[in-house]
Amino acid sequence: MSITSFTPWEGLVGGLLIGIATVAWLWLYGRVTGISGILGGLVLKEPAGDRSWRAWYLAGLIGGVFGYEWLTRHGLPGTHFSVDLQASWPVLLAAGFLVGVGTRLGRGCTSGHGVCGIARLSKRSFVATGTFMLAAFATVFVVRHVVGG
Amino acid sequence: MNGARKWRSPIALAAGLVFGLGLGVSGMLDPAKVLNFLDLAGRWDPTLALVMGGAVLVSLPAFQLAMHGRYRPLLAADWDLPTRTVIDIRLVGGATIFGIGWGLGGFCPGPAIAALASGMWPVVGFVATMTFGHWLAGQWPAAQVRDSHVSGVPAHAHG
Repeated sequence: MSITSFTPWEGLVGGLLIGIATVAWLWLYGRVTGISGILGGLVLKEPAGDRSWRAWYLAGLIGGVFGYEWLTRHGLPGTHFSVDLQASWPVLLAAGFLVGVGTRLGRGCTSGHGVCGIARLSKRSFVATGTFMLAAFATVFVVRHVVGG
Repeated sequence: MNGARKWRSPIALAAGLVFGLGLGVSGMLDPAKVLNFLDLAGRWDPTLALVMGGAVLVSLPAFQLAMHGRYRPLLAADWDLPTRTVIDIRLVGGATIFGIGWGLGGFCPGPAIAALASGMWPVVGFVATMTFGHWLAGQWPAAQVRDSHVSGVPAHAHG
């Protein structure tokens, strides 16, 4: 496993930006921002006219990372983004499958339940967020300290 | 509403850019950082808590104002927020399955898609199986019936 350092200011500023993005979408279109739901609408039945904005939103997520990279190369304090994979190919593929199935059945991920659902003070989202956090804590404990210990 | 529809894609792109920038700034694209948050028994990195805290700090007052104020969204006829309140096995079971996958890979949907910017093939693989899993779970007939649209509002506005 890799050691990472606590970066409170970067975390807080990044979180504020994510919050601003969800508020803009809420005040303009009246909807929550849930990335798994946006993805789901692309692959599951949706009215035809409801597809393109979803693709543009997801393209924006990727573009935002390029934007961040560009800013760090032009004077923004901060490190270049890093994607330090911690699992093997088969584990990552299985993990992706579980994330896909789970976010569909549970109707939400870290953004839909964890940010927007908490902001709505939704009981469903509090339960979902507590549950996926606990499941993730337990999984990492087993992987790192029981199996890998 | 034609104008609102016309602007939806560019505004979605702009919102996605800000969201993606936030993921980059916060370091949440890095599975190492996410997993170190989830590893309470290891070298704990609390950054993720501040990311969620920062996002909720901004969104909570805005959502409460939307839900309880006398306002309408600027470009839509009305609020289109999730209406379900039932806590059932699908919610808890789904969240558990999601949490296990998150703990194994260190990616949840937003960062996984944003991390495609790295061009790394395992990230592409993760997003592919995630999309397939999401589609597959959506084929479950019970899901179609129980989560069917309520008065034209898509139930998975959530997510």
